[in-house]
Amino acid sequence: MKLKVSDLSFGYNGKATLEEISLDVEKGEIVSLVGPNGSGKSTLIKCIDRILKPQEGAVLIDGKEVSNMSSKEFSKMMGYVPQSTQEIFPYTVFDIVLMGRRPHIGWRVTRRDVKIVAKTLKFMGIDNFAERYFDELSGGEKQKIAMARAIVQEPEVLLLDEPTSNLDIRHQLEVMKTVQLFVQRGKISAIMAMHDLNLASRFSDKIVMLKDNKVFEVGDPESVLSPENIERVYGVRADVTKDREGRPYVMPLDPI
Amino acid sequence: MIDDIFGDDFEDDDILKVEETYTRSSWKKTLIVFALFAAVMAFAVAAITIGAASSFGAMEALETVLSKFLPIGEPSPFVQLIVLQLRLPRIIMAIITGVSLGVAGAVMQGVLRNPMVSPYTLGLSSGAACGAAIAIVLGVGIFGSGRYIIIVNAFFFSLFTMALVYGISRIRGTSVETLILAGVAMSYLFSAVISSLKYFSGNEALREVVFWLMGGLYTTKWENVVFLMPIVLAFTLLLVRYSWDMNAMSAGEEVASSLGINVNKVRIICLTLASILTASVIAFTGIIGFIGLVSPHVCRLIIGSDHRYLIPASGLAGALVLLVSDTACRTMIQPTEIPVGIVTSFIGVPFFLYLLVRRKRRWWQ
Repeated sequence: MKLKVSDLSFGYNGKATLEEISLDVEKGEIVSLVGPNGSGKSTLIKCIDRILKPQEGAVLIDGKEVSNMSSKEFSKMMGYVPQSTQEIFPYTVFDIVLMGRRPHIGWRVTRRDVKIVAKTLKFMGIDNFAERYFDELSGGEKQKIAMARAIVQEPEVLLLDEPTSNLDIRHQLEVMKTVQLFVQRGKISAIMAMHDLNLASRFSDKIVMLKDNKVFEVGDPESVLSPENIERVYGVRADVTKDREGRPYVMPLDPI
Repeated sequence: MIDDIFGDDFEDDDILKVEETYTRSSWKKTLIVFALFAAVMAFAVAAITIGAASSFGAMEALETVLSKFLPIGEPSPFVQLIVLQLRLPRIIMAIITGVSLGVAGAVMQGVLRNPMVSPYTLGLSSGAACGAAIAIVLGVGIFGSGRYIIIVNAFFFSLFTMALVYGISRIRGTSVETLILAGVAMSYLFSAVISSLKYFSGNEALREVVFWLMGGLYTTKWENVVFLMPIVLAFTLLLVRYSWDMNAMSAGEEVASSLGINVNKVRIICLTLASILTASVIAFTGIIGFIGLVSPHVCRLIIGSDHRYLIPASGLAGALVLLVSDTACRTMIQPTEIPVGIVTSFIGVPFFLYLLVRRKRRWWQ
């Protein structure tokens, strides 16, 4: 499975928010979209997930345009994890995750559906609150449940919109490790909009840096996260050192 | 793919507990729905035996109904008239009306993701009321005239209001808040129309409008029941089929659409079905408040928000409440009656406030 975004442009009311975006995502890759607020990260995620309809360009999976797929076909391709989930009405954790099986079930929930949900909860270490109500949980737990719902869809690509932005450091790491495990073991890909450059650096195979609605640079973390790039894109002077695994570590200093 | 992720980290036995808990809770919910159904049936049978006419007993009333199906003698024509022509259609009408209001309320709240929504807030009720008032006071119908003029007017005004409210909300995107505000605004407009009609109407018409607005089942005839029963049954089943989509939609539009649901399409289909369901019933009964709003809430507390269970439960709970209220209406102050709209509010509001104060969870904030 290979995902390709080619010359994609999108605008709200005539004002461009994405211009001629092109990028490739290979199977088994984790790709982070980084860039300042308003640079188009979330919009790009939503265009890929067909939530927004790009005016120009296309998103292709193995050469097939996603806009031509049926909703059911498409929903088996992509799993979406929103920035935060709010449930208006009381649902149990199990019910919420079971919703992710929607593309696969007609009316009746099969034994296999129940098994997949139960296994996913167990795998993520949240099986002990399967019957608890979603709105009683913490932000980190909610985020894990949103990820569980996306993975039981059995997607080829996992799309995450700033998955760590409201979490404490422990939950940030747990969420990122889970994404990594899903991608490696499930042989799928992940595309995530990220604010935290160091988490992006540590967990991504490829970083796409966006500036003013355009792709500024694409590449591995070492080449993209340079002090020069950070200065030009964010307007921030930064030191970039290496962490213990040899990945770039960004220390922002002053806004310019 | 999903099995590759789990690998050999754990055995099937490890998840048995979670599986069992889920299976048990599904059974519990199914059981609650059946229990509600049984309660409605039991109360319906009881209601046959209660009434203002006191010249015959409970057994005689039941035998009269059974005699239609079994060869157990011929009851007197008087008892037949009371039981078969007055009580029975009215009881069935109470069930039908309660079901449709409860179902429509649950569906509207579900697809609009808002716990304050009901046929009232979306302008359906006031639209129907306005249509009925125009027919009663001015004698003007949108489709001809005659004995069904009030019903036809109420029905089409109600649907027209819903379409208008939805149309207004579409102009500014499809924001749910706009939809509700447009509904509330339309309600005020229609109230003004009704008030001026009342102000200028004569005694007889005024009385009739006031009665219609309070809602009641006392005019029920068999032909109404026969007409409404298939509509209510069919629309309820159609709406239950969208349960999964409604479940997914309550997680937000973006998540729902990534689960393969065409959110706008499902929303308009469900709203239309629920509106026709409500409009066709209140056209016959007048405004019966509160059930559409409260029934879904009470059921969510008991059974949770999974629409596969919630929609049937809410319908049955609505039927139960209306049946109890209507039986109270026609028996409390004999031989007169109290309009059922008054009773549902008197029973419903304190109960709802009790739940609101005692609630364990907050799902509106």
